[in-house]
Amino acid sequence: MSLFEGRDLLCVRGERNVFARIGFALDDGQALVLRGSNGSGKSSLLRLMAGLLRPAKGTIDWDGESIERDTAANNRRLHYVGHLDAVKPSLSVSDNLAFWSALCRGQIKEDAVRRALARFGLAMLADIPARMLSAGQKRRLALARLIASPASLWLLDEPTIGLDADSIAVLRESINEHLGEGGLAVIAAHGELAIKGASDLDLDRAAALDVADVLQ
Amino acid sequence: MSRFALIVAHELKLAFRQGGGASLALGFFVLAGALFPLGIGPEPGILSRIAAGVVFVTALLATMLSLERLFQGDFEDGSLDLLALSPLPLEAVVLAKCLANWLLAGLPLLFAAPLLALILHLRSDGLITLFAAMLLATPTLSLVGAIGAALTVGARRGGVLLSLLVLPLFIPVLIFAVAAVDAATQDLSARSALLALGGFLAAALPLAPWAAAGALRQALE
Repeated sequence: MSLFEGRDLLCVRGERNVFARIGFALDDGQALVLRGSNGSGKSSLLRLMAGLLRPAKGTIDWDGESIERDTAANNRRLHYVGHLDAVKPSLSVSDNLAFWSALCRGQIKEDAVRRALARFGLAMLADIPARMLSAGQKRRLALARLIASPASLWLLDEPTIGLDADSIAVLRESINEHLGEGGLAVIAAHGELAIKGASDLDLDRAAALDVADVLQ
Repeated sequence: MSRFALIVAHELKLAFRQGGGASLALGFFVLAGALFPLGIGPEPGILSRIAAGVVFVTALLATMLSLERLFQGDFEDGSLDLLALSPLPLEAVVLAKCLANWLLAGLPLLFAAPLLALILHLRSDGLITLFAAMLLATPTLSLVGAIGAALTVGARRGGVLLSLLVLPLFIPVLIFAVAAVDAATQDLSARSALLALGGFLAAALPLAPWAAAGALRQALE
């Protein structure tokens, strides 16, 4: 039995099966990269893993216990970075990050916020309003949440969108460090982000296999 | 600072940074209330008869205006996902946002109500009851309105839909609030009406966050 495990997952959105019979298993220090064409269900699978969506069928377990059993504990152990950056334009860059960091930790830790900003190259911009940031800088601010407070499971939905090559390198480095410390990561990506030793889950191939199964 | 207090402080900060903040609902309340003497004429008899009703109807509309953006901004920029994934239960997040909304939009109305009462010739023996009724009614309006705001999150033209959903739910609060002030100005006891308002608040405090959190989870699916 793996630490983080999904079995026989069926996801239905708007009466359409997005995917069926998907499974995954992850242990300490392992990463899973979700691949597949647009609309193949990468984001839906990440939202299922986060507990934002509920599977129509199947189970997702953490340490042998369904993630729906204890939502607070589930939320405490994960970071989710979706397509939207959750950046408030009227607050300063550091206030934006400080809020999410404090909400996750339950206390304010300014040095952790400062370190996370520096890591993603935002230290110089800490005091300006976030509305001045470019799209790529906003993305970096969203990603800085990952290291501003600790969590064992990172769920990243196409995190490289809008990032320049340097930032992608920082992100890759952060993910590798996180995995090195025994963390888990699930990343939806189109191939820009090479994570060593990550296993792949191809949702297109899974769908094709599923159709073949039904035809037999 | 607890997570609950953190969200309240964050909401207040956002409101003040974005400008307006408390003043919008307050401005609407005073202006809309002041239109009545202009439209109806300055006859004290008629005005004092309708004063309590005008104060509460405008308070109710002012609260509703402030509710439209309660969850909409967070929904649009992805913050709602993260709030739902925070270690704090979503019900508590909703309650924190309601408290912030009341501090920004409901509480200022309390202090403007005597001014409006003066313009509308409300009998002065009704003033304390008016204050008490506002104190009990405005938090209920924020809480009940949060259910409507949560149900219409993500809907286009949600503001109109919100008023259609929420205004009928405000009716009991309106009836008992006006009844309390009317009783006081007619030298009767306002106790039973105020108790009913307290009862509404006591019921809305646990039930409204629970219902609104359910609606928000649905919206995030």
